[in-house]
Amino acid sequence: MEKIYTTKKNKHKLVSAKPETIKFLLDYSKSLQVMEADGIKYESNLN
Amino acid sequence: MTQATKDSQLVQDYINGNERAIEVLINKHNARLTGFIYSKVGDRELTEDIFQDTFMKVIRTLKRGAYNEEGKFLPWVMRIAHNLIIDHFRKSNRMPMFEGSDVFSVFSLMGDERLNVEKQIIKEQIETDLTKLIKKLPEDQQEVLEMRLYKDMSFKEISENTGVSINTALGRMRYALINLRKLVEANSIVLTD
Repeated sequence: MEKIYTTKKNKHKLVSAKPETIKFLLDYSKSLQVMEADGIKYESNLN
Repeated sequence: MTQATKDSQLVQDYINGNERAIEVLINKHNARLTGFIYSKVGDRELTEDIFQDTFMKVIRTLKRGAYNEEGKFLPWVMRIAHNLIIDHFRKSNRMPMFEGSDVFSVFSLMGDERLNVEKQIIKEQIETDLTKLIKKLPEDQQEVLEMRLYKDMSFKEISENTGVSINTALGRMRYALINLRKLVEANSIVLTD
């Protein structure tokens, strides 16, 4: 019997976030600083 | 070492300043989280946005030291994403998006409620004429009419402010309108646009 199924198990790429998004998040993480003064936490973004 | 223990260790490493740990966590849960978001919103771009917002929140919470769900990292991240998805649908319900096409223009639904220049001029003319006519009324009628129409006062309030009974105020208003009509006719003024 002729084989009708594809040899590739999964032709469709799994959905995942783009590398640019990951890079943005890593840059965001590196630039985000949290400081505490008088019990209050301040966020600052050092770009 | 279980998955949860690994995540928990990576979270701890990140809190301690190891930036590489968050990269591992993001990459590790990328497909699962993206798939989860995509299954709810069905749009690649939106999925990307919500994924980004989710991890921004994760990063901020971890850096602020506000994370307290030791050993349950992924369910926590999924919950953040879930809440952001709900926020998105709430916002889009309040502000439905209309997209135009060749056969349907979104501008057919939109209107500018402001009067055009011609109607604005007519409106101003009517108001000026009316103000002049009101000034010709007897003072007591003028007073009641201004309180009722321009100050939006009830007849009870007018009666209290003018020291007359409600019936008298009503009567003055009635005569003010009858006299105004007479003045309009006598002066051949058109008070409509």
